[in-house]
Amino acid sequence: MSKVLVVTSGKGGVGKTTSTAALGAALAQSGQNVVVVDFDVGLRNLDLVMGAERRVVFDLINVVQGDARLSQALIRDKRCETLSILPASQTRDKDALTSEGVARVMDELREKFDWVICDSPAGIERGAQLAMYHADMAVIVTNPEVSSVRDSDRIIGLLDSKTKKAEQGEKVDKHLLLTRYDPARAARKEMLSVEDVLEILSIPLLGIVPESEDVLKSSNVGAPVTLAAPTSLPARAYFEAARRLSGEKLEVSVPVEKRGFLDWLFKRDA
Amino acid sequence: MSFLANIFARRQQSSSVAKDRLQILLAHERSAGGESGESDLIRQLHKEIMEVIARHVAVDQDKVQIKVDRGSGCSMLEIDVEVPQELSGKRTS
Repeated sequence: MSKVLVVTSGKGGVGKTTSTAALGAALAQSGQNVVVVDFDVGLRNLDLVMGAERRVVFDLINVVQGDARLSQALIRDKRCETLSILPASQTRDKDALTSEGVARVMDELREKFDWVICDSPAGIERGAQLAMYHADMAVIVTNPEVSSVRDSDRIIGLLDSKTKKAEQGEKVDKHLLLTRYDPARAARKEMLSVEDVLEILSIPLLGIVPESEDVLKSSNVGAPVTLAAPTSLPARAYFEAARRLSGEKLEVSVPVEKRGFLDWLFKRDA
Repeated sequence: MSFLANIFARRQQSSSVAKDRLQILLAHERSAGGESGESDLIRQLHKEIMEVIARHVAVDQDKVQIKVDRGSGCSMLEIDVEVPQELSGKRTS
């Protein structure tokens, strides 16, 4: 049975696109058919983070408006053949997306793929609402920082009221993904802890992705971190999160790097 | 100090890849003048090529794949049309 998953946050810059790419690639590497869909119309970036920017021909709006077939707009990942991307338009605006058109494309995607992962634009406007409307599940990407937690709370409210599931009296299955987490700073009480965020938002925890330079390095070369640096701490966190999404019961742990002699010597500040 | 040089070199590598990718991408986006000039060209080429093919064979739109690869010097447009067996057979016989 195919699942539609929205990756959302309200706030910008918390890691929605990074997480969409990383989770999509992690699920695809487990052999499932995955498509990642960029809903950020006008400011597409998922193609760039996935390294497909040179290969975009048609986009979501072309398909919604009937100018191209879905199969013509899908770009298959060169490294992982079960992973595809449906890019957003760079030049049109979100008003070109009609609810009916999006519904038709989502139905078609459900038939082709096991996972349809929608990368939401920031904000709570129409674009974000269209991205979440068809979702069965939601990953709420949150940084341990006051404004991000507040915006996540707002998005949780929208998921419970403005989605198809909500209209049918059902609930979207919500999961918290804490990103850019710094265990050392949390331990020093300089950063909201996992427990603090969970207590405030009270939705189940999908994973804790530590702040890491591997994330930037991966986006530099245009690869999801789970493909570019599969053994890195953030990639491991995403792989585990993907297994939890697939229904496995795994304990969530705070990922920590063993601090070596060099770290101690240079007193590496986090 | 070689280990430091190593770390430094690796950083350089991923950032220079990032710079190259952005330069190619932005060159294409800017030449399109902020509007979809380039994709309009591709759409036009696609449309006209398909018209020519349609004069000879009935083509199923689902059997047409269009691929683009934008490079720094030139781009590649690849149109892959699946021609039905019986039709291609009739023409040659």
